Amino acid sequence: MTELALHPAEAGRVLAAPRGSPSDDSAPVPHKAHWGDRLFEIATAGSAWLVLVLLGGIALSMAWGGRLAFKTFGLGFITGSEWDAVGGHFGALVPIYGTLASSAIALVIAVPVSIGIALFLTDIAPRWLRGPVGIAIELLAAIPSIIYGMWGLFVFAPFLAAHVEPWVNDHLGQWPVLGPLFSGPPIGIGLLPAGIVLGIMIIPFIAAVARDVFNAVPGGIREAAISLGATRWEMLSRVTLPYTRSAIIGAIFLGLGRALGETMAVTFVIGNSHDLTGSLLMPGNSIAAAIANEFTEADTELYRSSLIALAFLLFVVTFIILTLAKLMLLRIERISGKTN
Amino acid sequence: MNAVVLRRRIVDIVALVLATAATLFGLVWLVWILLTTLIRGAKAVSPALFTQMTPPPGTEGGLLNAFYGSAVMILLAVVIGTPIGIAAGTYLAEHGRHSKLAATVRFINDILLSAPSIVIGLFVYEFAVRTVGHFSGYAGAVALAIILLPIVVRTSEESLRLVPNTMREAAFALGLPRWKLTLQIIYKAAMTGLVTGTLLALARISGETAPLLFTALGNQFWNANLAQPMANIPVVLYQYAMSPYDNWNELAWAGALILTVFVLALNLGVRLLTRKVFKR
Repeated sequence: MTELALHPAEAGRVLAAPRGSPSDDSAPVPHKAHWGDRLFEIATAGSAWLVLVLLGGIALSMAWGGRLAFKTFGLGFITGSEWDAVGGHFGALVPIYGTLASSAIALVIAVPVSIGIALFLTDIAPRWLRGPVGIAIELLAAIPSIIYGMWGLFVFAPFLAAHVEPWVNDHLGQWPVLGPLFSGPPIGIGLLPAGIVLGIMIIPFIAAVARDVFNAVPGGIREAAISLGATRWEMLSRVTLPYTRSAIIGAIFLGLGRALGETMAVTFVIGNSHDLTGSLLMPGNSIAAAIANEFTEADTELYRSSLIALAFLLFVVTFIILTLAKLMLLRIERISGKTN
Repeated sequence: MNAVVLRRRIVDIVALVLATAATLFGLVWLVWILLTTLIRGAKAVSPALFTQMTPPPGTEGGLLNAFYGSAVMILLAVVIGTPIGIAAGTYLAEHGRHSKLAATVRFINDILLSAPSIVIGLFVYEFAVRTVGHFSGYAGAVALAIILLPIVVRTSEESLRLVPNTMREAAFALGLPRWKLTLQIIYKAAMTGLVTGTLLALARISGETAPLLFTALGNQFWNANLAQPMANIPVVLYQYAMSPYDNWNELAWAGALILTVFVLALNLGVRLLTRKVFKR
């Protein structure tokens, strides 16, 4: 049976959940259409259309609002690193890099942790513990992002600056090739802190989907592995994970989509600097943070248009990522629909 | 014990320990963030929070106008978004269950559900602020409604689908037209799901900051006129937490505590409510 989506994490959970049970899927249809029926159908179908119109409207209005920036700077809008509000020159390389780098850090943290949590919740934890721990992890997704931001700025950044970043500087900073990424002033504000906070924020989304697809693996093939003498880890790594691979990738993309667009938490801790820097410890910027910070102050048409153009880029990228996520998750839905 | 078996067992134990550690890692942040909010917020909460307006830097004050603005805009967003969302969910679950349109809407709705909220804020700015010429509470409510809509579409489709088909068949056998069946029987049977979906969507939009930045903006003073810029909790928290003034920071933590308690209580309450319903 399809479980009700009950939570902000439903974004992910529900994506993976099969819809309805196949046997009960055909709603009966009465013989002739009543005039009231036609009216009712038009009203409900109209509301459904509205969802499509909204998404199309968002894409079009961002493209339209950003056209001045795209026309003025062309490809240089994406490759240029100079963001000069006074001189009226806008190149978005710094926020684009910041968005990608912080999201990448977030994935590095969140993916292994989320899969670990999902394994814990499906196979390791005693049954009575699974519900409460699952709810606690999902609550991570319910905390408003501005709370993450405040905690990040007032508590986590000073903690990083005092205890973690000096160590990172001394150890990782000495590495031959990657060293420059990890050396910089220990101020607790920058791409690395933003990535860590983002990582925490997307854990519940990835973990919830992963838990649901692990639970959807047919018991028979898991038991078969155990009966052949596999240990629990061998069953997980050789049966559960391969079986659910495409859905796990979908879950990761879903988390990535969230990370790319996350605004408030990042705005607090990323530093909002438009200088291009090779260090993850230095203040940077992200697309969403730049818009949140600067849009109300944008005093020229070109400035405003550049920020909307940034939003357009962000929207297109998240749209693609989320579409891929959805396709991956639909695939497992079909597979498990067949085998169940 | 032979070496291979030993190695396999050790790998097994290490993996299980790591997975458990991952779970603890996730829980640590939850506890840390909640404790921070609780401790810092409790220090700053006072009755003045609910009786006074947002103050200028360095003076005493509360968050009354922000609470009011948030409440009004959230309620308006629910009033706008819920009927449309339930109607669309009804189409997906009932009339159009197998149609191409429904499949497309399901797909797009899931994408809208995870779309960056700041982009939605800019979208509403483009059509409801720029055209009018100034920020307004209406624009804020519309932005929140757009965030709420896909959640309600999703949850209402799910809960309508849980209504057994035998109910539909029985109603048809009695000659009931479909719209009456939906309004009088299906909705009643799915009521808990519809309500919980709406409550969860409400919890989600209560903390949304980004879409309000360029729509409702904020207002230092009392304002009950939705056509004007309106104070609201998330934007005040953002502004006050980012400021260098101590009293503003304190107010921000007080507001953060109340917002967090409200959102988490809604989430947990809804869970308990539905668990009871589904056990029956």
